[in-house]
Amino acid sequence: MTLPKFISILAKPILGLTLAVLALTAPLSLPPTQPVERYFRIEASQFAYSPGVLQVNPGDQVTIDLVATDVVHGIYIDNYELQASADPGQTARLTFTADQAGLFRFRCLVPCGQLHPFMLGKLQVGPNQLFLRAVLLSLAGLLLVLWKKPLSTISI
Amino acid sequence: MEKAALYHFDLTRYAWLRRLLTSRWPQFILRAITLAGFVLVILTGFIGSPVGSRNFAVMFVWIAWWSALKLIMLPFGGRAWCSICPIPMPGEWLQQGWLVKPGGKMFNLGLRWPRRLRNTWLQSAGFAAIGLFSALTLTTPVVTAWIFVGLIVVAVAVSVIFEQRSFCRYLCPMGGFIGLYATMAPLELRPQPGLTPVEKGAAAREWPRGCPWINNPAALKANANCGLCLECLRTESGANMALNVRSFDAELGQPGAFRLDEAFLSLGLLGSVMIYSAVFQGPWGALKNAALNAGSGAWWSFAAFFLLASFGLLPALLAGASALVRRTGNLAQPLQMVFTLFSRALLPLGLLSWIAFTVSFAFGKLAYLWPVLSDPFGWGWNLFGTASVEWQPYLLSATPVIETVLLVTGLIWSGRTILKTAEQLGVRGERRWAAAPVLLFALAGTLTMLWLLIG
Ligand code: SF4
Ligand code: SF4
Ligand SMILES: [Cu+2]
Repeated sequence: MTLPKFISILAKPILGLTLAVLALTAPLSLPPTQPVERYFRIEASQFAYSPGVLQVNPGDQVTIDLVATDVVHGIYIDNYELQASADPGQTARLTFTADQAGLFRFRCLVPCGQLHPFMLGKLQVGPNQLFLRAVLLSLAGLLLVLWKKPLSTISI
Repeated sequence: MEKAALYHFDLTRYAWLRRLLTSRWPQFILRAITLAGFVLVILTGFIGSPVGSRNFAVMFVWIAWWSALKLIMLPFGGRAWCSICPIPMPGEWLQQGWLVKPGGKMFNLGLRWPRRLRNTWLQSAGFAAIGLFSALTLTTPVVTAWIFVGLIVVAVAVSVIFEQRSFCRYLCPMGGFIGLYATMAPLELRPQPGLTPVEKGAAAREWPRGCPWINNPAALKANANCGLCLECLRTESGANMALNVRSFDAELGQPGAFRLDEAFLSLGLLGSVMIYSAVFQGPWGALKNAALNAGSGAWWSFAAFFLLASFGLLPALLAGASALVRRTGNLAQPLQMVFTLFSRALLPLGLLSWIAFTVSFAFGKLAYLWPVLSDPFGWGWNLFGTASVEWQPYLLSATPVIETVLLVTGLIWSGRTILKTAEQLGVRGERRWAAAPVLLFALAGTLTMLWLLIG
């Protein structure tokens, strides 16, 4: 195989990949919302947070009271790198400004039993743009497949 | 002709590589290492810390090995893991009477595997069973150890009663999973192109007994059942065999047959990865507890849901979609054939879903690995000075984008394959819209995975 040929084979996937990553990550500024104060009381028990999904807007001032109902539990919010832990029956408080938009998982930080590594919840700041873009990208991908020239040229 | 050369590159044309592969020692040494790891897993599972995240067995098997298998070995090497897997080793030693090379016949009745079971149904059942107990297995070292002991015991028993690696071919639950997705691997062991009938005949006489996986290597066309044990390279007519690098789509892009059991395995694996994603990556505590408490009422509901969704609902939906394609496309082929061929076309979606799930799962958990490497038994050792490395997730901002790209790639690849399959069935040109129901099935599967992983 010659080098130009090799490059021409790789060109399309690389181009597609670049476009896909751009479409998924290009910043898009949404009209800002009026920041408000948000208060959540999360009950942590083996192996779930209740509520498990928190929804806020970018800029909101968020206060989370973490209540451990059975054993010690913690909370670690991905990307925000905030953490707290609460003893049984106690409350721990986290206060922060939701300055990063997107969907972030929060996980238990203190080994609390068998399923501890899988104890998690979600913090959604603003619309889940990545998911919406992913849906659009899937549709675009499928249309691309359908609208390409008829496949009869492919040797069977 | 140039095209063929492009898509199949014979690695064994290099004499040194052929020598390396033909010698049994490199492979034996690798297998000895994996066997040692296997023994260590069983030991730490039984006598190490009972806390899953502090135990080498659980972390090594379910974070390191299981991730490496799905992220690297399977997508790039197909059955490469089977080439160095230690599980069949003790049985093979009994069969061949020596550690490294086949020798005299020792403890082996050499029966043929029952005809009715020469398929992947038992492998599907085994994989489903692993799924039903996955929350328990993934977090309980003793259970992991027992599963491994069980695998070895069954493998030895089967190898004493039945011929060759019947266990691998028809029973090993991992084997079914790996074999199915190996169809898309860019690596294959095949006869050299252009063998004369005489050579094929000679080979056919020589190989069927020699191939541990009970293939006729000279007639090998698919990856699914070739365990890359390389034994056929080592026979007298070994020069007629080649290890090729090929394009990912080389096998799947060609028309191929698919049995009903393989169709159910394909859809069962797709359903399983959705349920694994929901249990391990979702925010639903009740689901996690149901999956964990084997034997409880909630667990039975979970088990029923798991089985009905993976082996009932998905096949029913695809059968419905296939029936629609058959009707609107005016196809003459029986529904079963249309259904099985479309479930083959969905293989990329399944494989890429497994990879995306692994990406979302592994990088969040990888940091649990460092402490257990230094302290495999949880006894307070510190072999490499990493015993007290704090847990932290890796690559947080990148993984959701990677997962999305993987899932969309799976959708496009499956979509292309669905259209090719439809064309092969007789849905041509302008009528290719008739394939839409199956494309919608693939889209729905992709969106479900997207929702579970990044939604
Ligand atoms: S089929 Fe199973 S036991 Fe056999 S080599 Fe592959 S993984 Fe190992
Ligand atoms: S003998 Fe050859 S064809 Fe048979 S399993 Fe081994 S490598 Fe594959
Ligand atoms: Cu916890």
